[in-house]
Amino acid sequence: MLIWVLFKMALRSLVTHKLRTFLTALGIIIGVASVISMISIGEGARLQTLNTISKFGTNIISIKPGQQKSRHVTTGKVDTLTLDDANFIENNTPLITGVAAQVYRSSQLKFENKNTNTTVRGTGPSYARVANFTLDRGRYFNDEEVRSAQRVCVVGSTVLKNIFEGINPLGKTIKVDGKNFLVIGVTASKGALSWFDPDDQIFIPVTTAQKRVFGMKHIQSIDVQAAKIEDLEIIKEDISRFLRQRHNILEGQEDDFYVQNSSEFLNSWGNAAKTFTYLLGGIAGISLMVGGIGIMNIMLVSVTERTREIGIRKAIGAKKKEILQQFLIESVLISFLGGGIGILLGIAISRIVSNIGGWETIVSTQSIILAFGFSVMIGVFFGFYPANKAANLNPIDALRYE
Amino acid sequence: MIEVERLAKIYQIGEQKVTALAGVDFSIDKGEFVAIMGPSGSGKSTLMNLLGCLDLPSSGVYRLENLDIQGLKADQLAEVRNRRIGFVFQNFNLLPRATAQENTELPLLYGRVPNASQIALEALERVGLSHRAKHKPTELSGGERQRVAIARALVNRPAIILADEPTGNLDSITGAEIMKLFHDLNRESVTLILVTHEPEIAQQAKRIIQMRDGKIVSDEMNEVMPC
Repeated sequence: MLIWVLFKMALRSLVTHKLRTFLTALGIIIGVASVISMISIGEGARLQTLNTISKFGTNIISIKPGQQKSRHVTTGKVDTLTLDDANFIENNTPLITGVAAQVYRSSQLKFENKNTNTTVRGTGPSYARVANFTLDRGRYFNDEEVRSAQRVCVVGSTVLKNIFEGINPLGKTIKVDGKNFLVIGVTASKGALSWFDPDDQIFIPVTTAQKRVFGMKHIQSIDVQAAKIEDLEIIKEDISRFLRQRHNILEGQEDDFYVQNSSEFLNSWGNAAKTFTYLLGGIAGISLMVGGIGIMNIMLVSVTERTREIGIRKAIGAKKKEILQQFLIESVLISFLGGGIGILLGIAISRIVSNIGGWETIVSTQSIILAFGFSVMIGVFFGFYPANKAANLNPIDALRYE
Repeated sequence: MIEVERLAKIYQIGEQKVTALAGVDFSIDKGEFVAIMGPSGSGKSTLMNLLGCLDLPSSGVYRLENLDIQGLKADQLAEVRNRRIGFVFQNFNLLPRATAQENTELPLLYGRVPNASQIALEALERVGLSHRAKHKPTELSGGERQRVAIARALVNRPAIILADEPTGNLDSITGAEIMKLFHDLNRESVTLILVTHEPEIAQQAKRIIQMRDGKIVSDEMNEVMPC
């Protein structure tokens, strides 16, 4: 009952000083709004990136050549992986559903009078399945075409847009680094990541790429698709063992290749993005702290201004605790008010960012609870010192205060 | 009702010890109307603070309604002030943003007394101010403000009402009205202790205690003048 009276008193004092209350709450409003909107932007960016990355398939192990080391100093990439390695893995590893050896390079494409620069990727027939590409038109090249190094190609949708523009590309001939290739298929669009557009590439048989275009004996990457995600670790171990054997690596020597599974990549990416979100939230949190200091400042002023009032209350029987509560309620009310408005403002800001800026934002319930809870805690924390100062005033001095 | 024995208050100001109250003895019975007089620096304010449980004595005994005050802690003193003492100050000391009724209610709220607003209204009625219950102090005259303060002082049915220069900020006519109100309350057996340096005001009390240099120099019954 008394607490309700104290609440009413606190509310009245805040209403009496409307502008002061608003300005004090403004610090919290800005703090909460920025925490919520920053986290929503960070979360949006994280999920968008993860979604796009997972389009490449999550049950993929990718093998890359290692680095040459001399006395523990990296001196360069080594060309350790061969097409035979890929074939061996394909034929001997259990629990896998596909292997795609790859070579790739940026090359010039030419069709009639149009040309463009794109990634030319030499792969095997199972690449489309392993890399999660579907065909929009035509077909992918088959084993026979790979074995005999045919000059056929499948183009990505960005390439299609860039050089074919409304022409049906199937059966047309394009030039890749000056050599003629027959277009036999078009992949369906996967959507671009900010740093990489998977649709901006063409696919040719790996053998053709090695012998006729790039002139290289080694391969640059092997993607292995697992039947089940749970088997990724076992498969990784098998592959490492095979490759160490085939490359004659002795016990105790380092691998001359890297094996990484895509879920690790996804995780590390997710973690990086999460760190980014925390960073944004943390910076916004600092403004919340500054808001809290604002509350403390104003409450100290308020306690000094109302010394006489405190003296009167004490003279007629208010206990320390009751004075403390009254001032604490005031500071918590300010932070409550600031938190409430801040939530609305934060949601509004993230809406605006996604509508105008085109960024995906996600306002999570956790971030709202976090920001609001934090702001109320700040009200208690920064309100406590002034309230305690009020509660400990000597009634005689307080009554005499002018 | 009040028993005071060898009550002393010594302040330490830097190196110096200042004796504000040098051991006084007296007792006050229920229903008395006592004026404490003396020039400034005589120790009457210190005595007032001690009697009002706003401060603790350096030594001596103060017993209020058989309760020993000198050993109490801050919150216990607050409770004694709330239940047993009513204050009337020279400068009224009302909360500026609260109405007359809310000001009067305040001791009841801190004392967690149910029906506070009704009791507060009755107290205002008693000082003849129930028609101004919803007004704030700034909308009231000086005399009216002091009436609100008196209503607040007696709303908790305290053992004593302590009035510190209650007419000091009022003109003589309004002051006389306030004194008449005190007389009325005293007739209804409210115990009153009035601190003043004005002889005309003190003359209206039934008993006058004169102080000088922290000591009581005279303690006499007084023939009350009709006012």
